[in-house]
Amino acid sequence: MTALAERPGDTRTRGRVVAQRFFVVRELGIGLALLLLIVITALVNPRFLAAQSIKDLLLGSTILAILATGQAIVVITRNVDLSVGSVLGLSAFAVGTLFVSAPGTPIPVALAMGVALGAACGAVNGLLIAAARVPALVVTLGTLYVFRGIDYTWATGKQVNAADMPAGFLRMGTKAVLGVPVLALFAVVVLVFAGYYLRAFRSGRELYAIGSEPAAARLNGIPVGRRIFGAFVVSGALAGFAGVLYAARFGTLDANAGINSELNVVAAVVVGGVAIFGGSGSVYGAALGAVLLTTIGAALPVLGVSPFWQRAAVGALILAAIGLDRILMARVGERLRVIGGRSVAENAPDQRKGARRA
Amino acid sequence: MRRSYAWDLGIIVALVLFVAVAGQTIEGVGSPRFWRFVILEVIPVALIALPLALVVITGEIDLSVASVLGLTCTVLGQLWAWGVSSLPLLIVLCLLLGAALGAVNGVFVTVFGLPSLAVTIGTLALYRGLAYVVLGDRAVANYPTTWTRNAIAAIPGLTIPWMILVVVAVAVILGVILHATPIGRGLYAIGNNAEASAFAGISVARTKFWLFVLTGAMSALAGVFWTFRFASARADNATGLELAAVAAVLLGGVSIFGGRGGLVGVLAAVVLLATLRNALQLADVPANALTIVTGSLLIASVVGPNVATQARDALRRRRARTAT
Repeated sequence: MTALAERPGDTRTRGRVVAQRFFVVRELGIGLALLLLIVITALVNPRFLAAQSIKDLLLGSTILAILATGQAIVVITRNVDLSVGSVLGLSAFAVGTLFVSAPGTPIPVALAMGVALGAACGAVNGLLIAAARVPALVVTLGTLYVFRGIDYTWATGKQVNAADMPAGFLRMGTKAVLGVPVLALFAVVVLVFAGYYLRAFRSGRELYAIGSEPAAARLNGIPVGRRIFGAFVVSGALAGFAGVLYAARFGTLDANAGINSELNVVAAVVVGGVAIFGGSGSVYGAALGAVLLTTIGAALPVLGVSPFWQRAAVGALILAAIGLDRILMARVGERLRVIGGRSVAENAPDQRKGARRA
Repeated sequence: MRRSYAWDLGIIVALVLFVAVAGQTIEGVGSPRFWRFVILEVIPVALIALPLALVVITGEIDLSVASVLGLTCTVLGQLWAWGVSSLPLLIVLCLLLGAALGAVNGVFVTVFGLPSLAVTIGTLALYRGLAYVVLGDRAVANYPTTWTRNAIAAIPGLTIPWMILVVVAVAVILGVILHATPIGRGLYAIGNNAEASAFAGISVARTKFWLFVLTGAMSALAGVFWTFRFASARADNATGLELAAVAAVLLGGVSIFGGRGGLVGVLAAVVLLATLRNALQLADVPANALTIVTGSLLIASVVGPNVATQARDALRRRRARTAT
């Protein structure tokens, strides 16, 4: 203990170790659940592990995983973005229309346009939330309707067919490199970038600070409004990106692309261990949550369970996940108190900081 | 409280103005038949939005309402298909089911202390999933015509469905509780500061629990109405209605952070949204494009007052500065 007193930073490191272990446990937990599900399903029917079905699984998870990555970034700041499904639909239809009206458009241009459109939608959300100080739940519920309405108005009676799309674009939606679909590779790239940003960049860490205590973050000089605005722009851009991938994968587009997907995305994020009230969790967990939700949908029929049970299983999983988080959080809190309490006697001023940073 | 009344009044004025203008410009708006369809649309949404408003006033939310409605529909259909043919018994069983589903939400929120947003997103999926488990993709539609006809029967001498009287009764009872009893004051207190109201002797957990039970039971009642109105029990009945109900509650002036709002505004907002939708449909605006109107109204209803408050604060600060 005397050694502790000589190193004032020690409480902080130990607190951080405890907290980090919690996140590792949380992500391992969901990874294990996923593994267990896959192993059991494969034992029942080995064809579940055939290259084609794994490819389908990855393809199916891709769009949800990308949306979940953006959503996780927003939820970490103690906000929520319910408009992602509508942004996806708008972007997908915009890309389709672009190819119809300008058949020769290069694919990267279409991709950039989808992302830019999504980012613009995200900027509308972010502006209303950060500048007009309106709760994110209200704003994004409103823009959920507005963006979808624009999509409907635009697409009424129109449909974009696969025949209107360039072959190369559609190939992107189905092609695989070494058995891994190209779309899934896109998702992995997005995920790694987002994960690295949240972990290593100052502004990334500030998102966590904002989520755990907005008032304290503001007092610490963090530009809260600008960061939240940025989070929504990123979430919108990723939803736009997902829309382009949706167009590439399905080819046929009407105004209903991605409808009612917003709560699925939030579900994936929550299952992945991102606390709904911000401040903790990671994009990796959120993506794992998306893969798990997709896998459940694919595994149930193989296991001989009626597909009608799928939604119920997802609901039960969400409840289990938030219950588990509650228990784990209580444990972490306990540990931090013990560590903090020990150092109170020896190093009172430092203890407060240690507990807060963790 | 004064601001809340102003808001109620604002919504009502908007409603009257809209009807006055649309009645002149759009063929058919304001006719008895028009109001009949508006009220038919108002009934299920109002049955859900009124108790939901109380939940939001305490600072919680319930997104599972439409799924409770859907599950009730399928259970009602299945019971009827199994030969339960007493209408009162069916209604009582449905209400009990709704109350039980609400109680599950309540237990997760109050006993385990989990955030209601996450819990009810979970039960939204769970209850809708159970609805699919009960009926799959089948529909039960062979109800006695007296039941389906009575559900949408008009008040004698009018074209307005009698069920609106149930809505009005619910609104009056909940309104009196909310605005004129200690329990109601307690709800605002909880929404403003749950911890302080616990110290003031309000049983926060128990109050919230019973509000979730109430919301569940009312959603079930809306489910019974839905089943008979469309003469069809299907697992996908009223999918997405939760967002419409939440939108009505917020447009009605209830703060999403709790502690503020009233039932008059909520009821007026439900009627306003239904009137807008029906009127614009008569004007041949495609139904789906109307979501733009709903969404913009929702955003404007919160941005407007917020910007006004910020401007007023800024003005006050400047005045204070010049005074010194």
